[in-house]
Amino acid sequence: MTNKYIGSRVKRKEDPRLLTGNGRYVDDIKIVGQLHIAFYRSDHSHARICNIDTQAAKCSPGVIDVFTEKDICEYYSPVIAQSRMKNYQATVMSILAKDKVRYVGEPIVAVVAESRYAAEDAAALIAVDYEALPFITDPKVAAQLNAPKLHEELDSNILVERSFRRGDVEQAFWKPQVHIKEQFRFNRKTSVAMENRTYLANYDCTLNHLTLYSSTQVPGIIKDALSDLLNIPGNELRVIAPDVGGGFGGKTSLYPEEILVVLLARKLKKPVKWASDRLEDLTTTSQAFDELIDAEIAVDADGKILGLKAEVIGDVGAYSIYPWTAGIEPVQVISFLPGPYKIENYDAHVRAVATSKSPTGPYRGVGRPCSTFVMERLIDLASEQLDMDPKEMRLKNLVQPDEFPYKAASGIVWDKSGFVEGLNAACDAINYDELRDQQARARDEGRLFGIGISTFAELTGIGSRISASPGMPINTGTETASISIDSTGSIVARFGVASHGQGLETSLAQVVAEHLNVSIDSVRIIHGDSDAVAHSTGTYASRSAALGSGAAILATRALNVKLLKIASILLGDEEENIFIQDGFFFNKNTDKSLSLKALAKAYYSQMGSIPAELKEEIGDLSATKTYDPLWGTTSSATHVVALEIDRISLKVKISKYIVAEDCGQMINPLIVEGQVHGGVAQGIGAALFEEMVYDEQGQALSASLADYIVPAATEIPRIDIEHLDVELPPTLSGVRGMGESGTIGAPAAIANAISDALAPLDQYVTELPMTPERIFRLVQAAQNPSS
Amino acid sequence: MSFQKTITLKVNGVNYTRTVEPRLLLSDFIREDLLLTGTHVGCEHGICGACTITFNGDSIRSCLTLAVQADGAEITTVEGMGSQENMSKIQQKFQEHHALQCGFCTPGMLATCEDMVKKYPLTSEDEIRDGLSGNLCRCTGYQHIVDAVQAVVKEDKRDVS
Repeated sequence: MTNKYIGSRVKRKEDPRLLTGNGRYVDDIKIVGQLHIAFYRSDHSHARICNIDTQAAKCSPGVIDVFTEKDICEYYSPVIAQSRMKNYQATVMSILAKDKVRYVGEPIVAVVAESRYAAEDAAALIAVDYEALPFITDPKVAAQLNAPKLHEELDSNILVERSFRRGDVEQAFWKPQVHIKEQFRFNRKTSVAMENRTYLANYDCTLNHLTLYSSTQVPGIIKDALSDLLNIPGNELRVIAPDVGGGFGGKTSLYPEEILVVLLARKLKKPVKWASDRLEDLTTTSQAFDELIDAEIAVDADGKILGLKAEVIGDVGAYSIYPWTAGIEPVQVISFLPGPYKIENYDAHVRAVATSKSPTGPYRGVGRPCSTFVMERLIDLASEQLDMDPKEMRLKNLVQPDEFPYKAASGIVWDKSGFVEGLNAACDAINYDELRDQQARARDEGRLFGIGISTFAELTGIGSRISASPGMPINTGTETASISIDSTGSIVARFGVASHGQGLETSLAQVVAEHLNVSIDSVRIIHGDSDAVAHSTGTYASRSAALGSGAAILATRALNVKLLKIASILLGDEEENIFIQDGFFFNKNTDKSLSLKALAKAYYSQMGSIPAELKEEIGDLSATKTYDPLWGTTSSATHVVALEIDRISLKVKISKYIVAEDCGQMINPLIVEGQVHGGVAQGIGAALFEEMVYDEQGQALSASLADYIVPAATEIPRIDIEHLDVELPPTLSGVRGMGESGTIGAPAAIANAISDALAPLDQYVTELPMTPERIFRLVQAAQNPSS
Repeated sequence: MSFQKTITLKVNGVNYTRTVEPRLLLSDFIREDLLLTGTHVGCEHGICGACTITFNGDSIRSCLTLAVQADGAEITTVEGMGSQENMSKIQQKFQEHHALQCGFCTPGMLATCEDMVKKYPLTSEDEIRDGLSGNLCRCTGYQHIVDAVQAVVKEDKRDVS
């Protein structure tokens, strides 16, 4: 059977509404009588709250009420992210700061008013007296056991500690041919979804029911959490993620403002909205990638990796984020550090350290942008010492096609994926050898021309055997699809996943239409709604295409069984003689046919058409199935980039960018390409521009889009993509996750290319982003080697 | 609050007279007073371009404009460009080339694209990228947006010749 929809460049179903201003993002929803919240937020990073004066704010025009923590604490339980990990210390987070503040931007007072303007006017009248406490901003200092503590009730600022060991590392590092020892730094960044976080809670007194409209990636997680924290039965609570303007990880966590709108809507019996502004987004949406990595690699004379060591400190900010915990990013740095390479001897240790900065959380790629940056730099540094081409050194160490499944040094098992094929395909597509010749000519002319490779692997579509965040006790391994055909013959497919740009309305409709053998236009997808299925989490960790399509396949199979039974009766022949095509059931032996609509009408509305016993057995024309891919699957890719650094301005100009990736079966190549382009663009941002800069007092210095640089069209090159045609993975649909891949590979590829460009100056990259200032410092260091 | 000012303007071909606070941003006026929520607010400091609209024939940032400055103006927002059933050429090309993902930057992007297609020859990809550089998109990596604009330019040239 050839596919009609799966694998086709189907135009997206969601586009006409989004292109004509008919999208419905949370702030577009206006409920009569809705009230608005503005926050007074901490301008200290670590201080005791001595006094809060809200008197003037309460008298400000349009103000309904003003709330501090003591006004609301009896209505909820504080937020505590639990973990099964040993050596984990949970933090306790209140909605509004209680007694003390732990980062600049932490909400202290909430003003509720008739309009956002009135609420902000009143918030400006609030006065808070603080007693300054020691700054806890340097993670190395904060990690020391005698350091001042951010959370007094904990033993230290170290929230998570974990190690991975395999083999004999001592032996591996005993006089190797090459021993590279380097300190790497990936500086803090943030998601910057174009839509700021926004929440609107509508409490219906007559039904005792609350609906939260949230710009979240995870409506299921939010519903479960709110039900627990606010003690609301799930049947009185619905969380809807309508159109959501990007997420990238920043909208996967539970936020204090999100709990507060629900709490206040119930208390005030009014719709309550909070729409973040960009300052609040940059300073309070979960941040990412704040890692300090001391790493060592031992390599023999043939370029074979003998051993790898790493000591990592992750600066996780003020709280262990719910539900992912402070372990999500730092622990995955060391679990993925060995990458797609055969490394028998490994010793890595990580500490996630609390500091008085904004909490960090998941961001596109999670851990792997850092681990790939470090591993790929180590390989290039080693290959340079061996005078070996970096491509060749990778080929020698990659898990070979006949060596799968391969258990990596941290315990991750890679199922078969195109590691070697990806490296070769990317190098072929970019004409690697010719590019090296071009580089030689450029160097002769004194130009700083560099080529960078990064090869990596990731686990995607993870099922119930591994948590999406190490030790996290919630189920991230299943997804449910519920497909039904109503009395008019219309098809509705409900999913727990939530789209925020991925086009799931289209790709899931492709899968459902393919497997029901109906027109895609006849399938309506409902997602992003906690009422859609009984349990779900949402969209994160490159899971929704793999898990959502798997659940859709199981549900369509079950539904097809029912339809065939009915069609066989209505068409008067055995089931094996009935087939369905384009929404019609045909009898192979006669010219009789029946539309799905006619079948549904006959089944539901014509009394006596189906025997009563069979109707009892079949029930309604629906099927609900849950898919669990257990271990998930391996996605892999190689990025190759060519760039040049302008000698005068030090601007980095990327001339060529190629991605060769193995994402298994593509549902919609158009969407896959869009995800790769967007992921690479964010990786380029992380490599060259994006940094949340904090000073030693914990003040955010890059708190506007003029200071936090998101790449524009002029900074992003054309990106070419090679899709690998390798063996399909064991997921039900053959899909491997690919939403994060671009962001994982790009920082490493660019770091290697800049290092390659600076090689004539004997300088190389150990820190990202490589801003013009940092490149300037490297060039200066080359000119003044003594200083 | 303090004093109010009455303004009259035309938005998407419809005349409106409203009384507003002088400090009211044009973006908020469009979204909250006229309920035209297709115009999005991404930063309120003029960097991201999500709030871009067509104002007396030019693309401008509605978050950096006060509603009172729009007195007497003629404005087109994304709702005035085309309908779901009858999208404009640039809207159609955006769909064909997958030039949008989450869709949040899209109304501002469309306003900028309309303006540059109308005013500039856009003979090279670099020129198109320069034109787009005032609008941030976090999803697409811009390539498909560039492709959509190129497709419009190509068709326009064919239509002329």
